[in-house]
Amino acid sequence: MEPLVHVRDLKVRFVSRDSTVHAVNGVDFDLAPRETLCILGESGSGKSVTLRSLMRLNPPRLTKMTGTVRVGGHDLVTTSERSLADIRGSVVSMIFQEPMTALDPVFTIGMQIRETIRRHETISREDAERRALELLELVQIPSAKRRLAAYPHELSGGLRQRAMIAIALSCRPKLLLADEPTTALDATVQIQILLLLRKLQQDMGMGVIFVTHDLGVAAEIADRVAVMYAGRFIEEGPVSALMRDPLHPYAQGLLGATVHGGVRGKRLTTIPGAPPNLAQVPTGCAFAPRCAYVEPACLAAVPAARSPIPGRAARCIRVPDHAVSTAA
Amino acid sequence: MIFYLIRRVLYAIPISLAVSLVCFMLVHIAPGDPINAIVPPDAPQAVVEQIKHEYGLDKPLPVQFGLWLYQVSQGDLGRSLATGRSVWSDLRPATANTLRLAVTASLIGFVLGLILGGLAGTFRGTWIDRIATTFAVAGVSIPHYWLGMVMVILFSVTLGALPAMGAGPGGATDWAWDWAHIQYLILPAVTLSVIPMGIITRTVRGVVGEIMNQDFVNTLRGKGMLPRNIFLHVVKNAAPNALSVMGLQLGYLMGGSILVETVFSWPGTGFLLNSAIFQRDIPLLQGTILVLALFFVALNLIVDLVQTALDPRIKRS
Amino acid sequence: MIVLTQTTEILRQLPDVGGPAQPLLTIRGLTKHFPLRSGLLGRSTGVVQAVDDISFDVRKGETLGLVGESGCGKSTTSRLIMALLEPTSGEVIFDGQAVGYGGLTLKEYRRQVQMVFQDSYSSLNPRLTVRDSIAFAPGVHGVARRSAVTRADELLEAVGLDPAQFGPRYPHELSGGQRQRINIARALALQPRLLILDEPVSALDKSVEAQVLNLLLDLKDQFGLTYLFISHDLNVVQYVSDRVLVMYLGRVAEIGPVDTIYNGAAHPYTAALLDSRPSMDPDRRRLEPPLQGDPPNPVNPPSGCRFRTRCLHAEAVCADKAPPLAPAGPEHLAACLMVLPGSGHSQAPKLAA
Ligand SMILES: Nc1ncnc2c1ncn2[C@@H]1O[C@H](COP(=O)(O)OP(=O)(O)O)[C@@H](O)[C@H]1O
Ligand SMILES: Nc1ncnc2c1ncn2[C@@H]1O[C@H](COP(=O)(O)OP(=O)(O)O)[C@@H](O)[C@H]1O
Ligand SMILES: [Mg+2]
Ligand SMILES: [Mg+2]
Repeated sequence: MEPLVHVRDLKVRFVSRDSTVHAVNGVDFDLAPRETLCILGESGSGKSVTLRSLMRLNPPRLTKMTGTVRVGGHDLVTTSERSLADIRGSVVSMIFQEPMTALDPVFTIGMQIRETIRRHETISREDAERRALELLELVQIPSAKRRLAAYPHELSGGLRQRAMIAIALSCRPKLLLADEPTTALDATVQIQILLLLRKLQQDMGMGVIFVTHDLGVAAEIADRVAVMYAGRFIEEGPVSALMRDPLHPYAQGLLGATVHGGVRGKRLTTIPGAPPNLAQVPTGCAFAPRCAYVEPACLAAVPAARSPIPGRAARCIRVPDHAVSTAA
Repeated sequence: MIFYLIRRVLYAIPISLAVSLVCFMLVHIAPGDPINAIVPPDAPQAVVEQIKHEYGLDKPLPVQFGLWLYQVSQGDLGRSLATGRSVWSDLRPATANTLRLAVTASLIGFVLGLILGGLAGTFRGTWIDRIATTFAVAGVSIPHYWLGMVMVILFSVTLGALPAMGAGPGGATDWAWDWAHIQYLILPAVTLSVIPMGIITRTVRGVVGEIMNQDFVNTLRGKGMLPRNIFLHVVKNAAPNALSVMGLQLGYLMGGSILVETVFSWPGTGFLLNSAIFQRDIPLLQGTILVLALFFVALNLIVDLVQTALDPRIKRS
Repeated sequence: MIVLTQTTEILRQLPDVGGPAQPLLTIRGLTKHFPLRSGLLGRSTGVVQAVDDISFDVRKGETLGLVGESGCGKSTTSRLIMALLEPTSGEVIFDGQAVGYGGLTLKEYRRQVQMVFQDSYSSLNPRLTVRDSIAFAPGVHGVARRSAVTRADELLEAVGLDPAQFGPRYPHELSGGQRQRINIARALALQPRLLILDEPVSALDKSVEAQVLNLLLDLKDQFGLTYLFISHDLNVVQYVSDRVLVMYLGRVAEIGPVDTIYNGAAHPYTAALLDSRPSMDPDRRRLEPPLQGDPPNPVNPPSGCRFRTRCLHAEAVCADKAPPLAPAGPEHLAACLMVLPGSGHSQAPKLAA
């Protein structure tokens, strides 16, 4: 069976007159239907750009995108703008970090849901209205009927994000992309939204790609995790295994630096240095300048993905390669 | 919302009063005694006193203001010192003429400005943007009277295509929307439209550019909305700002057309003001400025209310 | 205890006044209500009860963590303490001396209490080099320019930045983590005794957050500091704090030693907040959100206990009576009627006969 998402050697550059940013430098992965993948990484590592590439949403004039991106059988790299618009919102849709700015401030929530439905389906105004109401109930917005007529600024942060989810789900997409949807929310609201997304994912049988910088969030929601650094997936694997025993030194560093209940009284491990400048593509391992285990071979070429156990892979020459990797 | 409406209308009253006061005070701020404009300098003192009495100039200032205000509220703006006719009889057709000119010029300026600004904002940084911006800069920086004269030389003198002066058959009072009259309107209206065109282009370019950069446009693209759907969202977001600038521009055109009306001898308020100033015709000056100022106050009020009605974020707070 | 020998004659940490048992900072009944204006003629139509009658101590040498959801009044509290805002009522006492009005002057006070903000960029003057930014305040306090600059370089070193490399730079030439280090160095320039840290790591990446937290813990020992550490991140607060204060809608919900609170919260809000943290274990995921809805608005807060609208244990009595802080254990106070003996709540302890 064809996977829901099939990405090979995805590269994204932003070219302007005075600079080029190599934001994504060769990403490969597959996503099965009903699977949840978390892309984990620090700011600037290319998570959002990767995610937006899955619906070709990066600014068209600046973006140079190459490689293979197939979503639900559609080739997103070569398809026309017009058929892309048909795919967006119906096959694949997206929720964003800031529900305040991601919604149009001068249209009501109801209008913003209805226009999405009516863009993709031939349906009467009344039926669209009814569907909008059902959607608000689906995302557990209290007094949903009243909220249809509300403007975004009249809702609290948590309700706005629920409304955003309702819009994204309005045409029952096969793939939901979520770009740090809980980062701007308080802890008590974040957990509500995470559990809601988990439930909706199971009920509707969607594939989900969830971008986050927060390990705890990944642990709540992911089936698999991909750790991103300087525009590449440097490690990928099932969430439990990856969190218990990360393979790549960067993933190890990131886990060690995360503050959680168990570290009180201990000194936090840190990663020295700073991420590389993306104006040039690194020729060797991008993490080498900060890595404690660096050796000359690291700088010679970009390490290929190595798979010590089936289902896990890391781009580090110190990782033994046993299984024959299919992912990369 | 209703509170806001009432409050806003109530605010307009003291503003109008203040405007009237300033107009009234013009007589007394202007250098020289207004009486000198009426009576010859060598008139005997008794005559001067009598005329002062007739015009009410011998009463204390606040009383004069009260009387004047009362008369104005009755629609009586006094008599012109120069012609002896009632100010209103000159002012009414002049206002109508200016309104015709200003509205036509705004229509030209707004339509062009909206198109150029919309294109420039959507295609920021491209050659379209550069062309539109060049037009906008030219529009706001070319002097009116110079452009007016160039137009006259080009279209009237050289090509002989359009008349250069006046408002057509019947002069100031006999307007009709037919070609015989409209041909007189074209040159002054185009000349006058250039500044609002530039300002609207700049404003709309800024507003649209800003809106296109907002996250929600990305959301709309991500929902599969087509460019024409997105256009609708941009228009609704841009409307409050664009409308308010357009309203103010219309106000400026009402008052700011002195030079253009003079160049084209267009019998409007600007023309009237010009002659009132040169003849020290204080009542005419007062009346004209008052009418123009009240127009401005009313426009401001309308702009505010429309803006409030269009933007849900202001509506309920 | 620190090697700043050349300059210690010039600017030295002011001596302890009241002895170790006296709290460094005492807050009594601090309240800040912001008026809301709208309606006909802009009358005041209500108040935002951003901070409402809070009292607590910060002990000498401790780190007090201040935690709560956004909008609960953490930043307002810190700005009140820094005297950047005029309180509606209440007082701030520093080492036994009232601040302002005949007590400690603001200048003397601000020398001893400094603040680091979340937004590392807007709290630095973009036109000053890093070195000048750090040297600025000592200059104002009468330190000669040469010594102030030497001191700035020592502080840069102390926060882990090479003075030669970073001293001449401008804020926009630095990363977020580096700018936050500069802010910390600048706050230390006057040798304060108390540092108020308002979400100092919230805008930083995880790996940088860890670096800055390590640095803050080092500096605390090195410079003999006391911290008031404000954050919405429960894990970070647990990591750095000795005691924790939990705020909800402008009031203190609970205060006590960090382990006591994290192992057995007495206030249902604290418990819910702690349960809202992701589990960090994919095999034992959360199944139910501990709270429904968003925090209500501090404009018209609920009567009585402000948490009652979201509380699972709320009873009629909770609407009538604002719960006072009551002892829930050693050094542990909670503002909940279930803790207050004889409060009328069905789960309250019985009054001792
Ligand atoms: N539209 C754009 N133009 C130029 N550079 C961009 C653009 N979008 C993202 N970038 C750059 O691409 C890199 C990756 O960005 P992003 O994917 O947003 O990171 P994150 O992992 O934080 O989501 C960053 O260096 C960012 O500055
Ligand atoms: N200057 C101000 N005017 C009016 N309201 C304010 C002002 N500053 C803060 N508030 C309000 O006070 C409440 C507490 O704010 P704040 O102290 O910033 O919370 P926190 O730092 O915990 O997120 C919020 O509801 C906020 O909207
Ligand atoms: Mg991002
Ligand atoms: Mg704050």
